[in-house]
Amino acid sequence: MLNNEPTTIAEPEALAAAAPSDMEEALAPNATGAVAVLNILLAEGVDTIFGYPGGAIIPIYDALYDFKDQLNHVLVRHEQGGIHAAQGYARASGRVGVVFATSGPGATNLVTGLADAQIDSTPLVCITGQVFAHLLGTDAFQETDIINITTPVTKWNYQVTKAEEIPEALAKAFYIARSGRPGPVLIDITKNAQLQPFHFAPYKPCTHIRSYRPKPIVRTEYLQQAAALINQAQRPFVLWGQGVILGAAEQEFKAFIEKSGIPAAWTILGAGALPTNHPLNVGMLGMHGNYGPNVLTNECDVLIAIGMRFDDRVTGRLDKYARQAQIIHLDIDPTEIGKNVTTAVPVWGDCKETLPLLTALVEAKSHSEWHQRFQGYMAEEVDAVIKDELFPTGEELTMGEVLQQLNELTQGEAVIVTDVGQHQMVACRYARFNHSRSNITSGGLGTMGFALPAAIGAKFGAAERPVVAIIGDGGIQMTIQELGTIMQTGVDVKIIILNNRFLGMVRQWQELFHTRRYSFVDIASPDYVTVASGYHIAGQRVEAREDLAYGLRQMLEHPGSFLLEVMVAKENNIFPMVPQGCSVAEIRLR
Amino acid sequence: MSHQPDRQEYNITAYTENQVGLLNRIAIIFSRRKINIESLNVSPSEIEGIHRFNIVITETEDVVSKLAGQIEKQVEVLKVYYNTNADVIWQEMALYKVPTDVIAEKASVERLLRENGARAVVIRKDYTVFETTGHREETDALIAVLQPYGLIEFVRSARIAIIKGSNGFNSKLREFERREPGEDVAENEFLNSRDAVFTM
Ligand SMILES: Cc1ncc(C[n+]2csc(CCOP(=O)(O)OP(=O)(O)O)c2C)c(N)n1
Ligand SMILES: [Mg+2]
Repeated sequence: MLNNEPTTIAEPEALAAAAPSDMEEALAPNATGAVAVLNILLAEGVDTIFGYPGGAIIPIYDALYDFKDQLNHVLVRHEQGGIHAAQGYARASGRVGVVFATSGPGATNLVTGLADAQIDSTPLVCITGQVFAHLLGTDAFQETDIINITTPVTKWNYQVTKAEEIPEALAKAFYIARSGRPGPVLIDITKNAQLQPFHFAPYKPCTHIRSYRPKPIVRTEYLQQAAALINQAQRPFVLWGQGVILGAAEQEFKAFIEKSGIPAAWTILGAGALPTNHPLNVGMLGMHGNYGPNVLTNECDVLIAIGMRFDDRVTGRLDKYARQAQIIHLDIDPTEIGKNVTTAVPVWGDCKETLPLLTALVEAKSHSEWHQRFQGYMAEEVDAVIKDELFPTGEELTMGEVLQQLNELTQGEAVIVTDVGQHQMVACRYARFNHSRSNITSGGLGTMGFALPAAIGAKFGAAERPVVAIIGDGGIQMTIQELGTIMQTGVDVKIIILNNRFLGMVRQWQELFHTRRYSFVDIASPDYVTVASGYHIAGQRVEAREDLAYGLRQMLEHPGSFLLEVMVAKENNIFPMVPQGCSVAEIRLR
Repeated sequence: MSHQPDRQEYNITAYTENQVGLLNRIAIIFSRRKINIESLNVSPSEIEGIHRFNIVITETEDVVSKLAGQIEKQVEVLKVYYNTNADVIWQEMALYKVPTDVIAEKASVERLLRENGARAVVIRKDYTVFETTGHREETDALIAVLQPYGLIEFVRSARIAIIKGSNGFNSKLREFERREPGEDVAENEFLNSRDAVFTM
């Protein structure tokens, strides 16, 4: 029973607003708040909404009924799935992801996704319904103070209590979400504001907020300082992050790298901004990154960080991180500069603007001896780790060989969406990316349950590209209900479950640092292929090496979604590894 | 543990929009890092619609500059400054309620009040309310003085501070309202003050 449904549809104040006096004839109501919301979404170029209805957002859903031809609403199975899907959509397409949820539990179910989007700078506009304004603060049915709950995990949020506020609030929401360093915005709209008829003037997008400076002025003296440092460097090293992708500066970045000849390594959110097989791409940074990039971070003389934030998973022990290097930091967010490392030259700005200016000032070089150092370390890593991971000789399947075979088939063209754990690190390390916006993973928050819904969203955001989700047996069980979304929408998502019958990453830490006391990491799984078939999704389980290539091919060639469960070794570890509290130079190969 | 670097009182001044929820957005920047706000004053500035925050914390300059950056990053914050006590003129206001009969009887009390720069705001038959402004030590001193005479109630305001080196905010605001503001406003102070690093 919908006990939160009032029997009358409009509030008295709404009815009063519907009957304008003669004087106000020119501003006669022409839309309800709900209708205005949908018109604004169209004006902002929104084509897809991920959402779930409920009492406090029924008026918007009612209006949506008439917009079915223009707006594709994806009914998810849980609001967390909805927001992760919107994240996947935004990350794959570069556009703002849009979410609808009802008040109370609907809104609180968004919190994990907001935190994830906030820390990974993903542009989202979430619209939540709220109880009638006159009930605010009364502990009304499904009332929750979502504005205060979400303040730490949103770039901006705002509660609308009158229909007239809707255009400006939403215009600001889209502008703030996508400009500067992007992030999630939440707009909470009380039910009376959704129902209220008002005069909806032609919509004007927001282009300026006086208290908000998304685009810094680029100062040439910093660029000159940076170029001077780079030009005299013997062992310069570039670290790039998602800023290059968010700034749509992939070409500018490539031009800079190619002219300067500097080896470049990536954070997991930056992966794909430069193709995996580009000769200047020396690999992945961080705890499970490549050997050379980690060791040589502590040997370079000039470190050029571009759109990355020196997360602790990248830096390891900070007081032993690149102490010998002069650091040049290019970032759009001034609070990132100097936050974790001491910066010699802060290049504050949008890297789409700063990179070409810097490229013009740097000398063309090749740094071939320095490159050989990276190659040397790579050869060691291939020998010690990669060879056995990608081309194992033992009986058990490895996660790496699944990625290796997948690369063979997709040739680096797929969007890879990963969950969190060992399989994530394997996927980031070994997946081949030809294009930007191809690696979608929960980096900063490490949210298990991210991948399945994010993959659904990614497919809606990049319909022409194959989307492959790589998920652990733990993570899949956190948001497995989204198989229902796949079933109902018919979206084509390929799902690979790398089943090691463990919460593998935690088990690895327990093995290495807690004397193999495997405390609550042996997680049981259902029969995933049977579960999938219950949702009318095709599936296959692979247990032996000789079936792997066929299974993968079957999955990729299948018209529509497909779930492939691969039984991999139970107790493999991810190496290399920079143990927590160690410096990047102390990275272990085994 | 490594040695504790120099901490001192800093006065953070923020000019913001007058917006519901912004106080919380700013407060959690401190609470998230488990930093205690020692004094907080929020009030309308000299400019219509713009509020001014005065926040006092005891921290190192490194921490304060990062906090100031985080505050300024909030969408509805226009500008943030931070200053040591030496760089500001600051005052706190205090009110003291004492029994009127004691005041009337003891001339010494009256003298003490005069010596402490206090002023009577309300005189009733049963009690009198005095007011004084000054630094913490000054308002504290009067508490000590009045305590033996039956101080009934005391309240102290948050600190307000004027920045000695400031040119005010009126002209800056006009810059903010422009789409393409001048360097002065658009540039980041924390970066500007880093020129020293460039001694290559
Ligand atoms: C929501 C959430 N809860 C807990 C964790 C902690 N955690 C990180 S990795 C991991 C294990 C993941 O297991 P699985 O999904 O099977 O992936 P595997 O490591 O085995 O590849 C856990 C529990 C997390 N990251 N997110
Ligand atoms: Mg597992």
